[in-house]
Amino acid sequence: MSSDLTSPEAAHDGHELNAHTDALLPNPGLEEHHWRPTDVDPKAEKRAERQVATFFALSAICTVLFVLSYILVKGGPDGPVWLGWGASNLALGVTLGGALLFIGIGVIQWARKLMTDVELVEVRHPAASSESDRAATVAALKSALEESGIGRRPLLRNSLIGSIALLGVPAIVVLKDLGPTNHDVEQTQPYAGAGLEHTVWSRGMRVVRDVVGTPIRPSDLEIGDLVNAEPELIFGKRDGEEVDEDELLEGAPLQVAKSKAATVLLRMDPDDIVSDVTRNWSVEGIVAYSKICTHVGCPISLNERTTHHLLCPCHQSTFDLADAGKVIFGPAGRHLPQLPLGVDEDGFLVALSDYPEPVGPSYWERNTYSVEDVFKGWAKSNAQAAEEYGYKEGGQ
Amino acid sequence: MSVDTSKVASSNGTTAASTSAPTKAGAAAAWADERLGLAAVGKKNLRKIFPDHWSFMLGEIALWSFVVLLISGVFLTLWFKPSMGELTYQGSYPPLRGIQMSEAYASALHISFDVRGGLLMRQVHHWAAMLFIAGMMVHLLRVFFTGAHRKPRELNWVIGSLLLILGTIEGFTGYSLPDDLLSGTGIRSMNGFVQSIPIVGTYVDFLLFGGEFPGDSIIPRLYTVHVLLIPGILLALIAAHMLLLVYHKHTQWPGPGREETNVVGYPMLPNYISKMTGFFFTVFGVTALMGGLLSLNPVWKFGPYDPTKVTAGSQPDWYMGWPDGALRLMPGWESHFWGSTWSWNIFLPVIVMPGVLFTIVLLLPFIESWITGDKREHHLLQRPRNAPTRTATMVALMTLYAMFWMAGGNDLIAIKLHASINQISYALRALVFVAPVIAFIITRRWCIALQRHDNETLLHGYETGIILRSPEGSYAEKHLPLPEESAFTLTVRDRGADEVGPDDEPKPGGKKTLRSRIRTLYYEDDAQKPTLEELEEAHEHAEHEAHALAALEGHQADGHQFDDHYHEAGEEPLRGGH
Repeated sequence: MSSDLTSPEAAHDGHELNAHTDALLPNPGLEEHHWRPTDVDPKAEKRAERQVATFFALSAICTVLFVLSYILVKGGPDGPVWLGWGASNLALGVTLGGALLFIGIGVIQWARKLMTDVELVEVRHPAASSESDRAATVAALKSALEESGIGRRPLLRNSLIGSIALLGVPAIVVLKDLGPTNHDVEQTQPYAGAGLEHTVWSRGMRVVRDVVGTPIRPSDLEIGDLVNAEPELIFGKRDGEEVDEDELLEGAPLQVAKSKAATVLLRMDPDDIVSDVTRNWSVEGIVAYSKICTHVGCPISLNERTTHHLLCPCHQSTFDLADAGKVIFGPAGRHLPQLPLGVDEDGFLVALSDYPEPVGPSYWERNTYSVEDVFKGWAKSNAQAAEEYGYKEGGQ
Repeated sequence: MSVDTSKVASSNGTTAASTSAPTKAGAAAAWADERLGLAAVGKKNLRKIFPDHWSFMLGEIALWSFVVLLISGVFLTLWFKPSMGELTYQGSYPPLRGIQMSEAYASALHISFDVRGGLLMRQVHHWAAMLFIAGMMVHLLRVFFTGAHRKPRELNWVIGSLLLILGTIEGFTGYSLPDDLLSGTGIRSMNGFVQSIPIVGTYVDFLLFGGEFPGDSIIPRLYTVHVLLIPGILLALIAAHMLLLVYHKHTQWPGPGREETNVVGYPMLPNYISKMTGFFFTVFGVTALMGGLLSLNPVWKFGPYDPTKVTAGSQPDWYMGWPDGALRLMPGWESHFWGSTWSWNIFLPVIVMPGVLFTIVLLLPFIESWITGDKREHHLLQRPRNAPTRTATMVALMTLYAMFWMAGGNDLIAIKLHASINQISYALRALVFVAPVIAFIITRRWCIALQRHDNETLLHGYETGIILRSPEGSYAEKHLPLPEESAFTLTVRDRGADEVGPDDEPKPGGKKTLRSRIRTLYYEDDAQKPTLEELEEAHEHAEHEAHALAALEGHQADGHQFDDHYHEAGEEPLRGGH
């Protein structure tokens, strides 16, 4: 057979397999085939047959056990526990696994032990078609092009291409209603604090505890205390009173509000504060920062008590809360926005305004200013109004 | 060629098949063939030959994991509700009762606790997904290391690469669906990634989320992508991958009787069909056992997604670890021009870098054949050592991947090793650049050393471990020639660059072209197989040696005094005359 195999050009006019990875030594030809014990020993053959059948029987047993476990073993949180595993999941998994695995092992064992194991040889053909096939195909294509007149009628061809290409535009245009753009929500403000530039914080809004929603007095915090806070509106209240129905945040707008307004409060020794801006916006050493990382938006929560550093658990950006939230380590590109704090007439902590700059990750249209410029811009339009809540330069 | 089946287990039948009276099965086959003409296809393919090697099974792991994913995935869709509508949980898991959550999360809890076998199927689905991607990656490595990506299989390599990236995206969209705290953190990161794209980022982000993050559209949209769009494309690509495999016929290792022009192995029916079927059940069985025994993604412990919360040690699934690591290592570079923001710190590591690396992987076969000039068809595999630069390139890429992947767990490494996370990150920033270069150099030299070793054994035989002392008192190890088959197998390889493909003519000024220079580097220091003269000379030398040692043949000084192969007592002593 070897002479046939080495000259495929006989069958394939001129297109030959052309890898001539030459060997130095003569090809000794296929190894001799060795009979397996199951081929020559009827006892071994019978034993292999019994083995395979046993695997199939084991599978059937597992299948029955699977059905029994399904009926008898209770699942869920109050189901029984076996060896630390939830009994239902364990029983179903192990019996299903056994039912499948034993079939697999049995079939493979059958193939290995009892099916013919003589290696066969097949001729390989080149991937390419033969020259004549190629010529015929090219000729067919040519006459098809000819008959359609696509080459002779450039006006038809080009106007067709143009009109089909133009169809790409509606394909993109109809995506527009996938959602309002940032510009749309900024303009229409369909809910409080809509758009990347805003949050639901506003002047005089109480800073309340996350989860429970209780307002906070400066004296509630010891030096070193970190509190996860939210605007009171998240809990449907303003100055401790329930808000009107139309102001109430629910569903998606509530989630959007939470995703931008989350805030951390930290009380530190006022003398530890480095940045003047940070001091201006603090109350008795209490500072408030956006909890949303300026990197990709994870809520930041790991506080290093001794250093006033706040670490993001997602990508380890670290911010210095004593120094205007500037980045001291990690991949974040910008400082954490600070929320200006004041105190209302009932003695509770309130925001002096919304965040003076957009919170969260960067985006294309975002303009960026230094902390000092942010403060100057804020002071120009807010400082006077904020005095109502005790604002004065240098902190309260 | 005829097959001697005379001694094959008698259960297979001992007489050849012959036309006999029509049976019921035969009638059914005839009915089908008269309508579908299947016999022509069957004649060609039912006994198609597939070569056998354990490494050819790796792609099959991925294939069967995908089937397991389809089966378990359909099961999950019967109960999963892809909705972000909110409800107050009143289900059977007490710690979460009375808590606000999305319908998606509540239905994930329902599947885990109230649907019998639901938790099992969730875990089977998730484990199979990890196995699917791991299987594809290892299969990709096998293909590349053995040169199976060369002509005519470049397009199948491209299809395989597309399967890998689509599988990865499919995995991400899948683990984002339960809307638990961990998956929501992943979606939130994605929101940040999309926003970092220059110019269009904010638009794309708002369209994707249907407004501001998180909105109430992202889970249903990801669901459609996860259960319809990507699986459809995956199915089509897998079909194309398999069709091309059948058309090209599988590659085989060189060896006695195995040539470029043939394929040696077992026929599709019955051997391969049986082994593949058996292997499908094995893969499904293993994932079922894993689902039963190994807890994975316990969403009820994470709680529902709340945009104000996060858990420490938040990690994506393992195959998303490397872009996450790149994100962690990137310095916080951000530029501001004319009121716009360029987030290099996000855009480069998670959007540009994976895209560039993926494109490089996709183009590897074309880059290689451009360098080598190899335009021949290849059906015999190469050992990794016989393509040192190629092997080293992939090891360098693997090392780069490993460094990024480690960076994705820098917080866990810091905790386990009680080390500073800052220092680990700084070290990895350097290692991302340095380690691949070191790995490249070591691998390349290692391959060349192995090539030289092959040549040694070809020329001088293999080491027997027997030390002989000559009458003059010098010691030498006895070498024996390789068996004919092994020696032949070692010599099936190209000799040098010029045998592989043409080099460029020098440019008019006499300078070499860029390709020519790269090609020289590519083949530099390769150890070529010996020439015929060298081989003959070595054999002559060996005969001499054998002659010199012939005096010792059948003698006690054959080295067996030191092992337990003394045959008879009372033989002559080691020393002393005879």
